[in-house]
Amino acid sequence: MSALQIANVSKRFGNVDVLKEINLDIQSGEFVVLVGPSGCGKSTLLSIIAGLEKATGGDIEIAGRAVNDIPAKDRDIAMVFQSYALYPTMTVRQNITFGMRCRGVAQADQQKALDDTAKLLQIDHLLDRKPSQLSGGQRQRVAMGRALVRKPLLFLFDEPLSNLDAKLRVDMRMEIKRLHNRLGATIVYVTHDQIEAMTLASRVAVMHRGEVQQFADPDTIYDKPANLFVARFMGSPPMNTVPAELEAGPAGLVAVIGRGSPDELKLPLPPIEGARAYLGKEIILGIRPECIAESGRSFGGDRSSVTEVSLPVEMIEPTGAETMTVLKLGEHVILGRLAPDVRPTPGRRHGFALDLRKACLFDPKTEWRIQ
Amino acid sequence: MWFKRVLPHLVIWPPLAVSVFYVVSYTLWTTWLSFTDSQQFASNNWVGWRNYASIIGQSKVHTAYTNLLIYGFGFVVLTSLIGLLLAVLVDQRIKAENLFRSIFLYPMALSFIVTGTVWSWILNPGLGIQKLVRNLGWTDFQFNWIVDRDMAIYTIIIVAAWQASGFAMALFLAGLRSVDADIVKAAEIDGASAARTYVSVIFPCMAPMFVTVFVLLLQFAIKTFDLVWVLTAGGPGIATALPTLVVYDYMFERGQLGRGSAAAVLMLSTLLLVVVPYWLWRRRRATA
Amino acid sequence: MNRTATLSWNRVAIYAALIFFSLIYLAPFAVVLLNSVRDVREIVGSSAIGFPKELRLSNWSAAWNSYCINGHCAGIAPFIWNSLAITVPATLISTMLGALNGYSLALWRFKGDNFVFALVVMGIFLPEQMKLIPWATVLAELGLSNTAMGLVFIHSIQGMSFATLFCRNYYLAIPPELLKAAHIDGAGFFRIFWHIVLPLSPPILIVTVIWQFTSIWNEFLYGVTFTSGEQQPVTAALVALTSQIAQAPEFGIQSAAVVLAALPTLLVYIFGGRFFVRGLTAGAVK
Repeated sequence: MSALQIANVSKRFGNVDVLKEINLDIQSGEFVVLVGPSGCGKSTLLSIIAGLEKATGGDIEIAGRAVNDIPAKDRDIAMVFQSYALYPTMTVRQNITFGMRCRGVAQADQQKALDDTAKLLQIDHLLDRKPSQLSGGQRQRVAMGRALVRKPLLFLFDEPLSNLDAKLRVDMRMEIKRLHNRLGATIVYVTHDQIEAMTLASRVAVMHRGEVQQFADPDTIYDKPANLFVARFMGSPPMNTVPAELEAGPAGLVAVIGRGSPDELKLPLPPIEGARAYLGKEIILGIRPECIAESGRSFGGDRSSVTEVSLPVEMIEPTGAETMTVLKLGEHVILGRLAPDVRPTPGRRHGFALDLRKACLFDPKTEWRIQ
Repeated sequence: MWFKRVLPHLVIWPPLAVSVFYVVSYTLWTTWLSFTDSQQFASNNWVGWRNYASIIGQSKVHTAYTNLLIYGFGFVVLTSLIGLLLAVLVDQRIKAENLFRSIFLYPMALSFIVTGTVWSWILNPGLGIQKLVRNLGWTDFQFNWIVDRDMAIYTIIIVAAWQASGFAMALFLAGLRSVDADIVKAAEIDGASAARTYVSVIFPCMAPMFVTVFVLLLQFAIKTFDLVWVLTAGGPGIATALPTLVVYDYMFERGQLGRGSAAAVLMLSTLLLVVVPYWLWRRRRATA
Repeated sequence: MNRTATLSWNRVAIYAALIFFSLIYLAPFAVVLLNSVRDVREIVGSSAIGFPKELRLSNWSAAWNSYCINGHCAGIAPFIWNSLAITVPATLISTMLGALNGYSLALWRFKGDNFVFALVVMGIFLPEQMKLIPWATVLAELGLSNTAMGLVFIHSIQGMSFATLFCRNYYLAIPPELLKAAHIDGAGFFRIFWHIVLPLSPPILIVTVIWQFTSIWNEFLYGVTFTSGEQQPVTAALVALTSQIAQAPEFGIQSAAVVLAALPTLLVYIFGGRFFVRGLTAGAVK
């Protein structure tokens, strides 16, 4: 059954289309992450789901019930805010039980729900403190406690980790994932951080300019991005994208980069159905940085799928775990991830191994991936 | 070269020195006079607490402070209530918010002399509301508070609240708007009604603003002079006398500078009673 | 459907309350405006609250330049000029000096600067009654008793308290790095003030000027205490005029005079209300 169905939802502020005909169908127990750059409409969409804002058009159903005209409090949802939005004058206990008190839940039930939640989140020793006496991570837990205690049909998270420092963010990320596994709740989670999206989601909706660019599981999003925007937004560092010309070679498709120049490169491509129509035409070739490595690497496959090339190095950035290397590919610049002990000399040519099995092709005009 | 180094000091210090010096020296000066037998002209004959003893015995001073108590309390409560109500109303995402705010606040831009004059006509039984209603046919309608010894002080409260409630509104509105919008949304999702959201969530969040408004209005009440001057001139009799008018009366009507100064120092003490705890509270909050 | 219906009733109630209060706030102004074009006999005969039966525009010209105030029959105009002659220079001087004070207190920190600032702010709280005798003595010593110059002097100095408060708090928001950078570039006290601080200042200077103008124009106690007769500012003249009512009730003319006296600050409020409110709340919250 759908836990949340969003049909043709749009939102206008004056002349600006903040959301354009959004359609998402979310199954019960799913962890869906809405990700995109700031201003893409993801937070507005979350507010509309919560009932805090009204859509200009379209329908929202939660667990099969149309909620367009139902106020936030009756939608059976709970929300965790970026700023945590804890009531500063109430203790942790009062913060968590405020909703139950508003709804007139019996005292004993309140107490039990509070105890369960506090134990689950390990905040039972903090119940009598005020939010100002808590650390960032503790506030985060209390904010989640306030949501959990309600046992709603749907959890909404609005960038819940972006106010935490880097280390705590990683810890809390794991904790949220653990909680999801344990409770099996349906979660819609907004973030601008693509790593959070990749690590947490069962499905990711990448949003840009008020539209859902792609809605799929993380692997599909990463390996088969729907368009150039998704390709460049997901992944850090992002996918390399270079213009190339497509031609037919003896063993299949070949991408030609910098035709006619001394650095001309011919890269054999995996079979792609729709690419036939682009033969002899300009396309954009996308290669993930981890598919470019030092010469001799086999990428976990047999050597036959590896293409060896020789390219000039512009500069290197050793990170400890690997050596990020900026290569010149014709007049373009691409990034490769080399083994940490490989340190090519900038300004010189070096040999590199390219794994093109996962290479993507994009239509330069529409920017959509050629399938 | 030395001149270039000294010049900034020549520019910084005089205005700063003047703005500090006049505050400190005038306070000490008037305090000193309050311990002398100055009459029409300042004298340096020390008389100890005599001026204080004499004014504290005066029934006019008693009346003035009783009036201040009634007026201060009534004014602060009424002004805050109206101000808070207006702030909440204006905060309801209304159309023409700026227009309404401007209307509620415009009296603050006007002199008390201007507004007081107009109100004195409106409240005048032979000219204003009472006359209007009687002309309309209710010939025994009575609204003569301004000339009624027992009620005149309440007309001061009404007019002062009319003038200052827009100011309270502006401060409360700033308080309301400073509450994190997410907290209000969280309360909405939690199922709190609008009234409950205000009372349990928003107002507690802006508690410091309440203190600020109370203190500002109270010090404003203690300093009220112009308004009473044009509205009732302290009358009928001394029914609406306030400490400020008493000081003026001693100094310039009766030519008793010593006693006038003592009354001024007494007034300053009342003010400090309000302001000093507030300052301490703010400092503690700032460091906490 | 039901819900939207109740919601709209809420909206109606909100607007009704807002309009109700608006009327109460506007009523006194409407009363005086209407009276300013009513005939005095009509006012005395009915009440001060009512619509004019016929327009008496002559009230306005009489109020402006021929009605007798303090035994001087030139209307309210000379007193308005007095107030302008007091308010404009005092506003400019106190704002300039306050900006300089604010600059040194906020950006050229020195030992005890916070204490000095506290003393300056105390000037705002100090009641006028504590300053009456000292000012009277100082004015007499300087030979400025009963002159507009005397009031300019008083307001220039007292005005500095508020101006310093506004500017100091505003300048605190200028990042110190900016000044350090300017320092390293070799700029001194004046160059930094002139080229860096002053160009950032228009917002706070507008607030200060509007605030000073309004409060000095509206000031009454010093005006009535330190000047008399033709030297008085308009607030004091207005009181003299209204106290004549007992002898010569001329409500129409007096109303016109009241409106004329209120006009400058009212115009400032209408065109600079935003800045006025900022001054009002800035002084309060800081």
